[in-house]
Amino acid sequence: MKEKLKNCFEVFWTFFKIGAFTFGGGYAMVPLIQKEAVVKKGWITDDDILEIIAIAESTPGPIAINSATFVGYRAAGFFGAMSATLGVVLPSFVVILAISYILEEFQSFKPVQYAFFGIRAGVLALVIKALWTMYKKCPKGAVSYILLAASFVLAAFTDINVIFVIIGCAVFGLISSIIAERRLKQ
Amino acid sequence: MIFLDLFLTFFKIGAFTFGGGYAMLPLIQEEVISHGWMTQDLLVNFIAVSESTPGPFAINMATYVGSQVGGAFGVWGSIFGSFCATLGTVLPSFIVILIVAQFYEKFKSSKTVKGLMSGLKPAAVGLIASAVLTIATTALAPAGWSFGLLTSPDFYASLAIFALGAVLAFKKKHPILIILLSAGLGIIWGYLPV
Repeated sequence: MKEKLKNCFEVFWTFFKIGAFTFGGGYAMVPLIQKEAVVKKGWITDDDILEIIAIAESTPGPIAINSATFVGYRAAGFFGAMSATLGVVLPSFVVILAISYILEEFQSFKPVQYAFFGIRAGVLALVIKALWTMYKKCPKGAVSYILLAASFVLAAFTDINVIFVIIGCAVFGLISSIIAERRLKQ
Repeated sequence: MIFLDLFLTFFKIGAFTFGGGYAMLPLIQEEVISHGWMTQDLLVNFIAVSESTPGPFAINMATYVGSQVGGAFGVWGSIFGSFCATLGTVLPSFIVILIVAQFYEKFKSSKTVKGLMSGLKPAAVGLIASAVLTIATTALAPAGWSFGLLTSPDFYASLAIFALGAVLAFKKKHPILIILLSAGLGIIWGYLPV
């Protein structure tokens, strides 16, 4: 029991540190997880890391939360998963809560408004870069391009709920992969 | 009940986001703006705040919106609001990963998962592209796209800041550096006697 508690706390503390020192979330966290969970603690192996990323990408939710839950589970079971998730969330929770008050106070200041005028243009650049990165990782081929175009048009120019677009694309991908496999067999 | 609404809305966002990060932008945009919890302007500002603070974007967003909405009930309301929204975002991943961890080997080699993913990956790219469009409007043409922009000095200023940011981003410079630089240029532009 005492041993278990100690393990959970170790998992919590490790992921608290990872959460506190990752800016931008997601993939930025992978090298830190690798250093802490593979090299220092030996909870998982280098091969596991790649698989965890693949699983985090193919399950819903933020990559950071998914990988933390998974590593925590591997390290110390259900309570390990809980400790890891709590640890990785807590730093952003506290920091953002504090910032939400500060932002409220300073938003009406002229220099802050000017700064955000510039920042919004900078954010546009960052999101376009993210778009490019995601595009490079996307499978190439006719089905993929059709889904990409369809989801863009539906999300940008219609009132259809994004959730339906996501479900529709997933189902379409599944059906087309089943058809492709049947053809391969024949 | 506003707190239940926060929890359920962010549960939905958490449950339907694949690929993490910016892939969840369109869904957040849709939900948060249609609830009247945040304006488009504020949302784009907050992307910058989130990039410059630790932690995943989705969690930062949930915490922020929760605190703003719950803030109507005082300090404890804002803390509880943040808690509800963050719990909502985290819970779907948590449950799904716990289940997947049991069937790890099966999940890895599942053809169904691979098929679903072959549709979800391009969908994420298309969704981010639609977010780019809204952010472009917010950043470059807050009053809407028109020929009047061509005579607006603000338009050229934001276009120049964007271009510089894009060059730096594709040179793999750190996002925080790009945000700080854009902020500095924005302040300089604001005080220029044009």
